Amino acid sequence: MRTPLDLAEAHPDPAFTVTLDGREIEALPGQTVAAALWSAGVTSWRTTRGEGRPRGVFCGIGVCYDCLVTVNDRPNQRACLVPLHPGDAIRTQEGTGHDD
Amino acid sequence: MSKRLTCDVVVVGAGVVGAACAFYAARAGLDVVVVDRGPVSGGTTGAGEGNLLVSDKEPGPELDLALLSGRLWAQLAEEIGEFVEYEAKGGLVVASTPGGLTALGRFAEDQRAAGVVAEPVDGDSLYDLEPHLAPGLPGGVYYPQDCQVMPALAAAHLLRVSGARLLTGRTVTDVLLKRDGTVDGVRTSLGDILAPTVINAAGTWGGELAALAGVALPVLPRRGFVLVTEPLPRLVRHKVYAADYVADVASDSAALQTSPVVEGTAAGPVLIGASRERVGFDRTFSLPVVRALAAGATKLFPFLSDVRAMRSYLGFRPYLPDHLPAIGPDPRVPGLVHACGHEGAGIGLATGTGHLIAQLLGGKTPDLDPAPFRPDRFPDFPDEEGA
Repeated sequence: MRTPLDLAEAHPDPAFTVTLDGREIEALPGQTVAAALWSAGVTSWRTTRGEGRPRGVFCGIGVCYDCLVTVNDRPNQRACLVPLHPGDAIRTQEGTGHDD
Repeated sequence: MSKRLTCDVVVVGAGVVGAACAFYAARAGLDVVVVDRGPVSGGTTGAGEGNLLVSDKEPGPELDLALLSGRLWAQLAEEIGEFVEYEAKGGLVVASTPGGLTALGRFAEDQRAAGVVAEPVDGDSLYDLEPHLAPGLPGGVYYPQDCQVMPALAAAHLLRVSGARLLTGRTVTDVLLKRDGTVDGVRTSLGDILAPTVINAAGTWGGELAALAGVALPVLPRRGFVLVTEPLPRLVRHKVYAADYVADVASDSAALQTSPVVEGTAAGPVLIGASRERVGFDRTFSLPVVRALAAGATKLFPFLSDVRAMRSYLGFRPYLPDHLPAIGPDPRVPGLVHACGHEGAGIGLATGTGHLIAQLLGGKTPDLDPAPFRPDRFPDFPDEEGA
């Protein structure tokens, strides 16, 4: 199967481990939270404030604020923009992300 | 493709003022077409906070229009309130010094005489209303008539329920005049729209539309930024602002002015304003302005220092030299009717504006004397931007 890595002829450094709600997933250096979650087969990581509907990446370029996620205890970060580092703890987010 | 349309009224501008004009004109039985070069709420409406305020207005024609508009918004809310996030949240104006509180108290007294509900709030009660305000503030005034809507939704739903025909993505390139000098409609990038009445609801660009009809209307842009935080639980309950804001609104200065205006929204984010600058249509992001907004808001609500600002947006208030809108028929071009120049109050004043214009078009006695809003009240006004 051709992957984006083949298409871009990318040779990233070795993968590292981050966690999603405590579960370990792999991420490549330079990958955003959204890219790593997609690679792990996760497409939704937030529920909306009003009706609890599932949300993940919509625009993918930092404009729409739909992909908000909690990273290292900081809520409401755009998954499509935040690059991952080894050991980062991603948490799915409900409501405002402030435990209301 | 060029297509010719005929109707009773063409409204130029699909912002909230144009939408309200379309709504009330259509309810009065007129066949209305709304045309805009961009999308619905694509100009100043979409860059606003959605305030329906009486608190920041001194007694006079603008306050009278705000009170009328507030009553009309409340009626509309029964029909579309839920869709437009209508919230009768109330406004709280906060003084920072005892002297400021005295001045604010006098201002509120004059407003009460003009029909505003303005309740003095002492230092203790302040924190019952807004528990997260900075400690040690001497007091303020509470204005239960201040309300909020989500402005882009307000324009869209007003247009929807108006039943008016909506044509977006069409630029008005000329105002068509008959041989006798009366209005015959507009020329657009996609054909002519014929009508005996053209309503100029082009907001900050209202001067350009007036010029197409051959008349001067000195609408100028007054830039403002809004800073948007991450979504939060309801920590700010009212629209809260510092007493200095009122002076800034009424000021004629071109230089940057900021005074903190803080409010929670139904959707979660807290909106932080307000800045005023006359810099033309410059859309460049300004870190100094946004920094000043953040500093002012944090002084009022210290918890905001731990909250992330997610983004900011900016818009251009349509500003006329005497801070009053232009509302009503233009005696210089029969058939041309203006509804623009509401500065930072257009969302709030939209309903009263549309209602008055529908009354004037129908030959009825308007609920308010429109004389202070006469569009031809600026004879040969010099070009301020060049000054």
